[in-house]
Amino acid sequence: MSSEQLYREHILDHYKHPRNFGELHPHDLEAFEHNPLCGDELGVHIRVADGRIADLRFHGNGCAISQAAASIASEELIGMKLEEAAALSAEWMIELLGIPISPARRKCALLALKTVRGAITGDASWPNGQGEI
Amino acid sequence: MTATLPHPLAVGEIKADFPIFSRQPQPFVYLDSAATAQKPRVVLEAIGEHLATTNANVHRGLYPLARAADEAFERARAQIAAFTGADPRGTVFTKNATEAINLIAYAWGRAEVGAGDAVLISELEHHANLVPWQQLCREKGAELRYLKVDGEGTLSLQQLERELERGRVKVVSVAHVSNVLGTINPVAEIAQLAHQAGAIAVVDGAQAVPQLPVDVAAIGADFYVWTGHKAVGPTGIGVLHGRVELLEEMDPFLTGGDMIARVGFQETTWNEPPYRFEAGTPPIAEAVGLAAAVQYLQGIGMERIRAHEQALGAYLLARLREVPGLTVFGPADPAARAGLASFTIDGIHPHDIAELVGGEGVCIRAGHHCAQPLMARLGVPATARASLSLYNDEADIDALITALHKTVEVFSR
Repeated sequence: MSSEQLYREHILDHYKHPRNFGELHPHDLEAFEHNPLCGDELGVHIRVADGRIADLRFHGNGCAISQAAASIASEELIGMKLEEAAALSAEWMIELLGIPISPARRKCALLALKTVRGAITGDASWPNGQGEI
Repeated sequence: MTATLPHPLAVGEIKADFPIFSRQPQPFVYLDSAATAQKPRVVLEAIGEHLATTNANVHRGLYPLARAADEAFERARAQIAAFTGADPRGTVFTKNATEAINLIAYAWGRAEVGAGDAVLISELEHHANLVPWQQLCREKGAELRYLKVDGEGTLSLQQLERELERGRVKVVSVAHVSNVLGTINPVAEIAQLAHQAGAIAVVDGAQAVPQLPVDVAAIGADFYVWTGHKAVGPTGIGVLHGRVELLEEMDPFLTGGDMIARVGFQETTWNEPPYRFEAGTPPIAEAVGLAAAVQYLQGIGMERIRAHEQALGAYLLARLREVPGLTVFGPADPAARAGLASFTIDGIHPHDIAELVGGEGVCIRAGHHCAQPLMARLGVPATARASLSLYNDEADIDALITALHKTVEVFSR
C-alpha cells in the first residue's frame, strides 16, 4: 500500500473536519496527553451519565493520523460504558482507522485512546506496553 | 564570492563512490544527511580491511599484530586531528558528540562551575548541548542562560557581550552550525569574547565539520566536539578536541581500564590526555574508518564541498518558496547558512509531509530535531527538514519539490 493511500479520503476528511472537537463545559472527566515524537497534543473532556460516556470532546493539534484517530474514535466512544471504553485495545483503534500504521506512527494512532483511558482510569499507560513502539 | 569559486563537484562520480545509491530501490533521494550521512566505499573497505588484517586490542599488546593495531589507531587519531587543525594530544575519541559534551560538563563542569555561576548557551542548541548543562546547573545551583535567536535565526554578539558583562559566566557553549536553522554562528568571535570575560568556550561542531572547512586552532575554543557518522564516517565514534593544558588539569569522566597510570587498592593516578578520557577499549575500527572518511573529504576538498553546498542550498531555498503555503526558517542569505532547510506547510503536519514524500522515495526528517526549546521559540510543534551533502544535486531537490507539490495536492482534496 502506498503512503498516498494511507492518507485516503476518510482520514483526511476527519483531519480537516474533526467530529466532536472542542471543549465541553461542564465535564466530569478530563485528561491531556502528548506524543513527544510528533509534538501531537490531545485533550479530552467527558460527561458521564449512568456509567456511560454521555458526551465527549477532543481538543488539540497534531498530525493527520493523531487528529483523525480522535475524530473517528469519538463517534464510537459516545454512548459506551466507561469500563468498556477503558478496556479498548490498541488493535481496536488501528482496525477502526482502517489503514496500515507503521511502528513510527503507532503513538500518533493511539494518542486519542490513551487520552480517554487516562481520563477514565487516571492511568494512561497500556498493559504490556501495547501502545509503545 | 569571487571568480575564484572552486569548480562544482562531479556529483555523478561522487554518488558512484557511495554503494547505497545503487543498492536502494529506486527512486532513492537522500536528503537527511544532517541526521546521518551515507558512507563512501573507502570507509567500508578501511573498516573491513582493518578488521581482516590488523585487529588486536590497543595500548597493551607486545606482539607485532598488537603494535600494528596501535599504529593504525594512533595514525587515525593524527589524521583526524589534522583534518580539523587540532592537536592529536588533545584529540579524544568518544562514542558521539553527545558523550563529548557530557564529558566536558562532568569532567570540567563539576569541578569548575559552582553555586551562583552561570552557563551560557543559545536558544538554537541541540538537546546534546543543552541537557548536560541543564543537569550541571541543577546539580550545582548555577544559572543556565540563553542567547536569543532573532527572526533571521541568528545570534547577537551584542547580547553575548551584555550577558558576559553580567558576570559569573564560566562557560559559553554554542553550536557552530544549527541543525534546525542551518545558521553558521561566528564561533571564533564568540570564543574570543568568552575568553575576554574569563569564561571557557565550547563549540558543538556536529553539523559544521561535514560541511565547512573547520580549523579548530583558528577558532580558538577550549573544546570543539563533533561526530563521525555525520562526516561520512561510521557510527560509534565522536571526537573531542580539547586544549591540552585544560585536559591535563581535568579528572577523568569515565574510569576503568586504559585511562590509568597506576592503580593501587585505594587510589589511582591518571594517564595523560587523550588516554585519560578513553576508558576501556576505544572505537578502534571506527577510528580507522573515520580516518578514511576525512581523507575522502580532504581528497575532494572542504572548500569545494562548502561551495557546492552553498550553491545547492541557495537552489533549495529558491525552489521551496515555489510550494504554496510553505515557510522556511533560518537565515535568508545562503552564505550565512549551511546546506539544510527546515520548513512547514500550512495545514499539514511535518510528519505527514515526511511520510508522504517518503512514499515518493524522498528521505527527509520531520519532528523537533532534538531542539524543543527552539521549536517553542519558532512557535511550531515540529518542522520538516531537508539536508544536503556532497552527493546531492539539483535533481534531488527537484524530486523533493515535485513530492511536496503532490503532498499539498493530497491535502487540498
